[in-house]
Amino acid sequence: MTNNKYDAIIIGGGHNGLITAAYLAKAGKKVLVLEKRYLVGGASVTEELYPGFKFTVFSYVVSLLRPDIVRDLQLSRHGLTVLPLESTLTPLTNGDYLYRDGDHYRSLRDIARHSERDAGAYDEYGRNMYFMAKAVKYILSMVPPDPTTLNPKDWLSLLDMARHFLNLGEEQLFLLAKLMTMSAADFLDQWFESDPLKGTMSASGIIGTYLGPRSPGTAYVLLHHYMGEIDGAFRAWGFAKGGTGGIADAIARSAEALGAEIRCNAPVAQVIVKNGRAVGVALENGDEIYADAIASSLDPKLTFLKLVDPNQLPADLVDSIRKFNVRGSSGKVNLALDALPDLTCMPGPGRHLAGAISISPSIDYIERAFDDAKYGEFSKRPYIDCILPSVIDPGMAPPGKHVMSCFVQYAPYELNGGWTDAKREAFGDAVVDTLSQYMPNLKNIILHRQVLTPLDIENMIGISQGNIFHGELSLSQLFFLRPAAGWAKYRTPIKGYWQCGSGTHPGGGIMGAPGQLAAFEMLKEK
Amino acid sequence: MPIPTPFHTRTAPLCESYEWRTWSGYLAAGVYEPSHEREYYAIRNSAALIDVSPLFKYEISGPDAARLVDRIVTRDVSKCRVGQVLYTPWCDEDGQVIDDGTVHRLAENHFRITAADPNLRWFQDVGYGLDARVVDVSSDLAALSLQGPNSRAILQELVHDINFGNLRYFRFAHGTLDDFPVTISRTGYTGDLGYELWVRPEYAERLWDCLTAVGGSRYGALPAGMVALDIARIEAGLLLIEVDYKSSHHAVIEAQKSSPYELGLGWTVALDKGDFIGRKALRAEKARGSEWAFVGLHIDWPDLERLFAQEDLPPHVTGRASRTAVPLYKNNRQIGQATSQTFSPILKQYIAIGTVLAEYTAVGSQIQMEVTVEYKRQQVKATIVETPFYDPPHKRI
Repeated sequence: MTNNKYDAIIIGGGHNGLITAAYLAKAGKKVLVLEKRYLVGGASVTEELYPGFKFTVFSYVVSLLRPDIVRDLQLSRHGLTVLPLESTLTPLTNGDYLYRDGDHYRSLRDIARHSERDAGAYDEYGRNMYFMAKAVKYILSMVPPDPTTLNPKDWLSLLDMARHFLNLGEEQLFLLAKLMTMSAADFLDQWFESDPLKGTMSASGIIGTYLGPRSPGTAYVLLHHYMGEIDGAFRAWGFAKGGTGGIADAIARSAEALGAEIRCNAPVAQVIVKNGRAVGVALENGDEIYADAIASSLDPKLTFLKLVDPNQLPADLVDSIRKFNVRGSSGKVNLALDALPDLTCMPGPGRHLAGAISISPSIDYIERAFDDAKYGEFSKRPYIDCILPSVIDPGMAPPGKHVMSCFVQYAPYELNGGWTDAKREAFGDAVVDTLSQYMPNLKNIILHRQVLTPLDIENMIGISQGNIFHGELSLSQLFFLRPAAGWAKYRTPIKGYWQCGSGTHPGGGIMGAPGQLAAFEMLKEK
Repeated sequence: MPIPTPFHTRTAPLCESYEWRTWSGYLAAGVYEPSHEREYYAIRNSAALIDVSPLFKYEISGPDAARLVDRIVTRDVSKCRVGQVLYTPWCDEDGQVIDDGTVHRLAENHFRITAADPNLRWFQDVGYGLDARVVDVSSDLAALSLQGPNSRAILQELVHDINFGNLRYFRFAHGTLDDFPVTISRTGYTGDLGYELWVRPEYAERLWDCLTAVGGSRYGALPAGMVALDIARIEAGLLLIEVDYKSSHHAVIEAQKSSPYELGLGWTVALDKGDFIGRKALRAEKARGSEWAFVGLHIDWPDLERLFAQEDLPPHVTGRASRTAVPLYKNNRQIGQATSQTFSPILKQYIAIGTVLAEYTAVGSQIQMEVTVEYKRQQVKATIVETPFYDPPHKRI
């Protein structure tokens, strides 16, 4: 079998796996991507689940995709188009709202209706976040150095990093320390006082986490989501044409144009290890395919505990990975709609429907939603981030019809008594009931409803516990600790076996940096 | 004081930004919303309505109409059939471009020419002795451009007596919309799938209402202003008079004039079609070679990042197109100028068009463009590339 040998096999055709494949192919390697589903993308897929209606089934916006990846892989030429999604509307139950969009002074006036002081602090906050994002952006593109090693390369890297952070200046350094340790609520309290503004801003501190806005560590997640803001004109914040599947398709087309081979419906059962070295993979259908390097873009649990025999790994690593926190906390409700939803606070059609609608009236509201989850229940009144993809990209639904994507928190993976079909529907009802408080016509226009719990996400695409980031973005699981101390450089104890998924530095979201950095490390080795 | 176009009662309430520009003495919306971004993406991803009524329009008719048009423009009008449109420049006797626009052959001996500048006197003078009549119909026709990938679907819902599947690129057809006559040409200034709709001014408002009713609610159509259009036309590599070249009728020194060859429009010059204004000079220029040439440029983003990083700044370019010309260099010698530049949102690439000395036009060669970073003049790397920068397959399908 002469053609059954590759330079590298990538397990999992999510965006990171595809990016690793594309970079390896770009360097002239013979690469094969194996995806278990019928389409590539992983959590970054668009599927027509109801005739004519295209659902951004899981992830739904793009904010962090690294500009150098877009450029290196010529993603625009391969069809990536990011459409603007610039407003956030926070409707309130009393019929009022907070609306922020690209019209800066109009947004400030709206903030001032709720608090004049907040309007005054808004720009100052933005400026500070710019400095913080700039400071942290530096580490996004570096392979985490190991602080415990004696390797001079790591020391140089650490030294360089120390210099970088010391150059920040006292004020910013202190702010960074606060940002790294505080809760989103406390951090925002330093600037703001009005509920809708704080509630909505704190939401980006909890997305994808099993934490509430008052949990320490959530301020950093706030920053993680802010990072895309400083790429200037190159920023990739918005809605991908065709949904997030459009991103995966563009990367796949780029990878294929560079010579990579992508095989769908090809679930991998096991990595074949011989004499302590990964030499290939065994598919679930029994086929074996060989390669010099195997990279897993799956989450750390699957990478270390399922694809290989944990007995081949050091006990401390196995222990760390077993304790790696991947609690899934978010669900998704996707709706096919017969017409546009009508908001009580801003009736009729309009530009506000082309942006995000955030059900986050206050920090208390979101913290209460977390309280439910903390004790094993889904939120009765959840935080919801809604967008209407068909308003931004009319191709997502038949003319005049619409799709609605609702990211919902919290829906704990480990629900009391476990998830059942009835509980899933009850969760879906809680979401629709919550939204109906702000969009009274919603129930009358729903043509089709898809409800996804973290368990569904795990079952459909494989991510352990349905954790959208492949592991909590808490400080204890970031940088040189992601996914485990000593193993943050995309390597594994098994020679020739690599990790390239969101469970590695710098983490989740459609950012692509883990896949890119892993490819760079793999190419160094050869 | 600028005057309203026939669409003004509809565009004015939509122009939330109050950002109006003057276009040939008419009010033209620069941008409707606070930001032009959605308007730009409407052109590229759904559909955009652009009021292009300020264009000058002339009709030429009579037994010698074809001869006259052939004498005015550089392209071969005998090859333009009834129902066809030609894009063409026209020149003075020295072969220097006066203006550029489109020629619609309405009937065997009946043409309509669109122009950016007033050309009545020129057209009439060129036709002295010919049996043809030149009439300025600028204010007799309202023009609305519907551009973008959804433009055809919108028109198909509204106009039932035109087969849009058969209406090819640069062709036009007459039809009925609601109950008024409309002429629809498959033309535009965006490099995308698109149409231009020509109606008598009294139907302008109804045309707008019909297009927005169907297009707005079902196909994501938005009104788009000049700011969005400017980005799209640079991506399409299309020239703008008084920005990318100067009309020979406005130039005050010879160096300000350009021939079609120097503007990348050599393909429009039909030297062998018989006599036309400028032919002799253009034939001579073709024989000896032109001094200047039109180029497209990719500005090197990592190099721009480097220049900004020197000032501890993230790279920044304005979201709008710049019409301020900047010098182009090769080895610190100025070899030309970039006349229009923009960050292309769809290509995620910083692009420019301009003019350089003919010896520097090889595609793929590296030159430098002047950029100002934190008040300091710098040179950023740029590569000469083919235009159009953006050329989607659906434009011609």
